[in-house]
Amino acid sequence: MESEELQGIIDHYAGEKGALISVLQDLQGVCNYLPEPALRQVSDALHVPLSQVYSVASFYNAFSLKPRGRHHICVCLGTACHVRGAPRVLQEMERQLGIRAGDTTEDMNFTLESVNCVGACALGPVVVADGGYSGQMTARKVSPLLKTLGTSHEENQNDS
Amino acid sequence: MKKIRTIAELGTLRAALERERESAKVWISVSNETCARANGSDKVIAALDEELRKQGLADQVRVKGTGCSGFCDRNPMVVVFPKEIAYQRVSPDDAAEIVGKTLIKGQVVERLLHHDGKGHAVQHEADLPFYRYQKRLVLRNHGRLDPTDITDYLASGGYTALSQALTMSSEQVIEEISRSGLRGRGGGGFLTGRKWKSCREAHGETKYVICNADEGDPGAYMDRSVLEGNPHSVIEGMIIGAYAIGARMGYVYVRAEYPLAVTNLVIALQQARDCGLLGENILGTGFNFDIRVNRGGGAFVCGESTALMASLEGRVGEPEVKHIHTAESGLWEKPTNLNNVETWANVPVIINKGADWFASIGTEKSKGTKIFSLVGKINNTGLVEVPMGTPLREIIYDIGGGIPHGKKFKAIQTGGPSGGCVPEELLDLPVDFDRLTEVGSMMGSGGMIVMDEGTCMVDVAKYFTGFLQDESCGKCVPCREGTAQMRQILSDICEGRGRPEDIDLLEELGHVVQDTSLCALGGTAANPMLSTLRHFRDEYEAHIFDHRCPAGVCTALIRYTIDVEKCNGCGVCAKQCPQNGVSGEKKQPHSIDQHLCIRCGICREVCRFEAILVN
Ligand SMILES: Cc1cc2nc3c(=O)[nH]c(=O)nc-3n(C[C@H](O)[C@H](O)[C@H](O)COP(=O)(O)O)c2cc1C
Ligand code: SF4
Ligand code: FES
Repeated sequence: MESEELQGIIDHYAGEKGALISVLQDLQGVCNYLPEPALRQVSDALHVPLSQVYSVASFYNAFSLKPRGRHHICVCLGTACHVRGAPRVLQEMERQLGIRAGDTTEDMNFTLESVNCVGACALGPVVVADGGYSGQMTARKVSPLLKTLGTSHEENQNDS
Repeated sequence: MKKIRTIAELGTLRAALERERESAKVWISVSNETCARANGSDKVIAALDEELRKQGLADQVRVKGTGCSGFCDRNPMVVVFPKEIAYQRVSPDDAAEIVGKTLIKGQVVERLLHHDGKGHAVQHEADLPFYRYQKRLVLRNHGRLDPTDITDYLASGGYTALSQALTMSSEQVIEEISRSGLRGRGGGGFLTGRKWKSCREAHGETKYVICNADEGDPGAYMDRSVLEGNPHSVIEGMIIGAYAIGARMGYVYVRAEYPLAVTNLVIALQQARDCGLLGENILGTGFNFDIRVNRGGGAFVCGESTALMASLEGRVGEPEVKHIHTAESGLWEKPTNLNNVETWANVPVIINKGADWFASIGTEKSKGTKIFSLVGKINNTGLVEVPMGTPLREIIYDIGGGIPHGKKFKAIQTGGPSGGCVPEELLDLPVDFDRLTEVGSMMGSGGMIVMDEGTCMVDVAKYFTGFLQDESCGKCVPCREGTAQMRQILSDICEGRGRPEDIDLLEELGHVVQDTSLCALGGTAANPMLSTLRHFRDEYEAHIFDHRCPAGVCTALIRYTIDVEKCNGCGVCAKQCPQNGVSGEKKQPHSIDQHLCIRCGICREVCRFEAILVN
């Protein structure tokens, strides 16, 4: 991300008290994670010590300090999904991708995360993949879902 | 939309909008919240629009994407007005038939109707058992209104409560809310009127009102639904509250996991601003008030009042000691009033219908209705709004339709991670704030997770304790370390390493964490474990003494085997097993190699003959 673009985000919140979290949210929205140079710039611009910027960035689950993959998969482990077998879905995701929840595959293709409820509990177990919701997930449906994501990625590349 | 300058002008506009709605009798609603979109509701809307155009009805019939009327797993739901014929699980392919048959010929599409257990088809939404036992005040307009169109809200009586409140004194408004007996729906059950009064009386020019839409309880989603489906009801409540308290600025703190709620709320706020219902000199009364939206950072503890305010200030969301009440010193050290989404949405109802009417609903100390999210192992999953005091049994069996697949009910978990499990013996309990606390659970935000014989209660306790360990902010040692130790012991029990003395140790630890933590997260962190120990001690003992998980959940203690009587050797499981661990001759009973099995359960999922046993 260019520093001018980040300055644009910061200016958007100019004069607002407590803008740090909103700035970081927008930054992450653009970059997918919070790169160190950007955090230094935020610290300077908002006159917030870098240590405090990092303390906020590492406290909230929504922020990531590591780059994330092209596809983002989030397995809901909320109570409703849990009692309907979500742990087995996550276990199968981890097995097929060869990573643990919270990590990214080496080829930067997939980031796997878990979340505590996305508010679609009636459909549980729920997986949110690249913003799309899949309900009534089972371990068996993991492989088809990963395939669809993989293909859509290839298609996107061909399109561009 | 033009700015509305006075209360009288709002009245005239509403009358005109009502007449307009009256004349457009035939229309179609499609529930279009997150749960419905997940099942393709936006495609259904597009298909219906397209069909109406093809069949020449586009000018006469409007298709509206609305809030979800709560029967979430039947989504997308389509209701054809004025007859209110309700179709369930509609797909885009059904659009042509709905338009051709129902709209043009006036006939019903039988196969899309709800079929009750006895094979009868139910035509009208209101006749479905799911709705018949409910009393919908907050959800009354879900499934009727387009949340992105303020005129829809105005035409159905929206902002009449605001008009009314602005003609009352602030004291009168507070008195009305106090007399209604409304208690906060965010979990604690504080009297809303009393809270408003102390904030009103606090010293200071600048005051704030906040809406808590952090909805951290995993399994509860009523706040999401209210914000997505009827955001103006919350905005109207907040404006009335701000007027009563004397606040000029309000905030809504929404979970980041609810993108559609944020979108609909932002749209609604802008429309309210354009109409002159927010901003300077609201409806010409000289009252100024505006609302901002802040997205949460995905931390459960930020639902706690002081942590939420710290987060709004851009800081780490750690709870603080409340030497002084937030009503006197809250956000930016100014008097602040925090209420939950559902609490705010009740305010216009009370002003419109009157405190006495509201107080006539519910029990002695819990007034009005409560929305519950009825989820887990239950036939009719969804949002249910019932009068306080409704027995659990009625909610689970009459509204929820009981447990699927003929399984046996085991427990219902209420109150989220701070709550507990209520067993079968207590199903006749009337649900209100105080009765749930008496049996060791709590109301919380209204999550109701139904568990059947296939749910392991030790696993549930481990789940919640793990959740709380992850979400503990780490400020207090007993909460940070206590939850970690409890989780470790529970994991040991689930993995067959439990020791006989673990149960006493768990109880002791639980009480220490309860007594010595700063905020309610730690203060209630032992509840899920203590309540399952209280009602399901035998399951703990089975894990510890017999190395057995009676529910067949804890992977370290179970084995998948094949019932040779039932297996006909179809080979489906053998193909699906990721480990190639199932083998056997074609058309002969198969068997599972226990060394290869990773207990993913796929074989059990795919077997159509129930031949896979868990033991
Ligand atoms: C750990 C913790 C999490 C909480 N989460 C929420 C929440 O997600 N939503 C909510 O409305 N209240 C939550 N509360 C309760 C709030 O602190 C507060 O009591 C409530 O928002 C007040 O509103 P009410 O009076 O309308 O209930 C939480 C409390 C604690 C201790
Ligand atoms: S009780 Fe737990 S969550 Fe609450 S302040 Fe202490 S450490 Fe943080
Ligand atoms: S528990 Fe998974 S969506 Fe709510």
